[in-house]
Amino acid sequence: MGMTMTQKILAKHAGLDSVVPGQLIQAKLDIVMGNDITTAVALKEFAKTGATQVFDTEKVVIVLDHFTPNKDIKAAEQCKSCRTFAYDMNIKNFFDVGKAGIEHALLPEQGIVVPAEVIIGADSHTCTYGALGAFSTGIGSTDMAIGMATGECWFKVPSAIKFNIIGKKPPHVSGKDVILHIIGMIGVDGALYRSMEFVGEGIKELTMDDRFTIANMAIEAGAKNGIFPIDEVCIAYAKEHSKKPFDIFEADADAEYDEEITIDLSALQPTISFPHLPDNTRTIDQVGDVKIHQVVIGSCTNGRIDDMQIAADILRGKKVADHVRTIVIPATQEIYLECIRRGYVTDFIEAGAIFSMPTCGPCLGGHMGILASGERCVSTTNRNFVGRMGHVESEVYLASPAVAAASAIAGNIADPRKIGGSK
Amino acid sequence: MNAKGKVLKYGDNVDTDVIIPARYLNVSNGDELAKYCMIDIDPDFTSKAKKGDIIVALKNFGCGSSREHAPLAIKCAGISCVIATTFARIFYRNAINIGLPILECDEAANDIENGNEVSIDFDSGIITNHTKNRTYQAQPFPPFIKDIMAAGGLVEQTKEKIKG
Ligand code: SF4
Repeated sequence: MGMTMTQKILAKHAGLDSVVPGQLIQAKLDIVMGNDITTAVALKEFAKTGATQVFDTEKVVIVLDHFTPNKDIKAAEQCKSCRTFAYDMNIKNFFDVGKAGIEHALLPEQGIVVPAEVIIGADSHTCTYGALGAFSTGIGSTDMAIGMATGECWFKVPSAIKFNIIGKKPPHVSGKDVILHIIGMIGVDGALYRSMEFVGEGIKELTMDDRFTIANMAIEAGAKNGIFPIDEVCIAYAKEHSKKPFDIFEADADAEYDEEITIDLSALQPTISFPHLPDNTRTIDQVGDVKIHQVVIGSCTNGRIDDMQIAADILRGKKVADHVRTIVIPATQEIYLECIRRGYVTDFIEAGAIFSMPTCGPCLGGHMGILASGERCVSTTNRNFVGRMGHVESEVYLASPAVAAASAIAGNIADPRKIGGSK
Repeated sequence: MNAKGKVLKYGDNVDTDVIIPARYLNVSNGDELAKYCMIDIDPDFTSKAKKGDIIVALKNFGCGSSREHAPLAIKCAGISCVIATTFARIFYRNAINIGLPILECDEAANDIENGNEVSIDFDSGIITNHTKNRTYQAQPFPPFIKDIMAAGGLVEQTKEKIKG
């Protein structure tokens, strides 16, 4: 039986000729990653194993991005424990404030992850690197600890759903609309335990930043991983950002899929997830009048340079509504600098938005934009669970940077096609 | 290995943000986390839950973040097992890795009600509802996972391996 792309990568890393869905394997890891919240737990577990050093000082990555710059004393203590561990273990890829950005934007940008690798991260959105054609998945702190100690992790080999992407993207439709549409269609557990493999001629329509956004939210459909083909666009990105050599895998022609779903990009519209689950989607024409109090543009889903550009193009020369606090957060220092070079920071500030240093901040209700009861936020992040960004009676509406920027100006959820901007 | 207790019942898609919200993630101590277990879905959880009690929920339990604080808070709150129709995959492996027993069983998840007295035989996967006088068959763990559970979690198992 043929293998899916995910199965082939897993088989190679398990030292096997082939694997089948459901098989439990032990795979070698190329990268083990954690953040300030999850590493703080993992390093205690690591100590309990009796290991005295990490399996490879180049392959363990620690990024302090969630509650940083430290939001309170407890967070500061957690970061201190991560920092001490990183220094003691001589971890090469340790990113502290000043170098840090949001992990899932940072690792590809810094060339730490490349195609066809097996990557685990103690953060659910580790699935982001599937955009590079890697097998990449979120795990917990114990797996991180064992990964750091042994360089290996156990996996159950997943089956897959094939998404055949066709057509051309209409104006103001981006990767975010594609993935929100898919989650709305299959549900928050629609891909539970499985891979989402994206293929088809429509893939070439998607920039790397679109692909990162799509792969990022595979977890929001319950998937183990999302994965894109290693095509010219992907190879060019990997070579530009990394010196690491990499393999190229593709699914076998006779690979078996649980389901095949066709997505026609040309039929998509700006799409919004209403509270309190990402699958509660509506297209922009079904939204009605939803007054908002805050807009957040950023996160590992939509804090990359394409996202900043889309938002800047819409906000340039306009003003955000008086009652809308608009918070723009580039995901990394590189993106931050690029926003300065391109003049976007001026555009944001003149429009009445604030422009923050890279952090997860409000995305998980950490800091920098917590919501009070009864408040509504349009956010380019990835989760709108009860209480995700603050009070249990606040509401989060997930949308693309274009919808978020248009909504900031209008003061209610708005159609970017009516407000304007470049695309 | 067995468990027995009173059931606390929940619905679909109980996410990690309601199990343990991010505002409590600036600590990683299990007993501290247990004080806030389920706070955003059931503020009275900690006063209701007794040692040995069992959580029963419907589909996709534990969806969302990879925070191991979620199964840890549940375990340290004294819960002896979580039964659900399905679990989100990261929660599933985290629970196994830290030695919190979990079982998938659609019939049990749907039929068991809040407050029912339930016992579980993990070796056979048989769940008994003493209130309703019914039994349900869950898939027992495969040997690979049974070994992790028997060792008391992945860390304990790895420790043995590292010692050789
Ligand atoms: S930006 Fe949000 S979703 Fe992404 S890693 Fe940070 S907290 Fe998690």
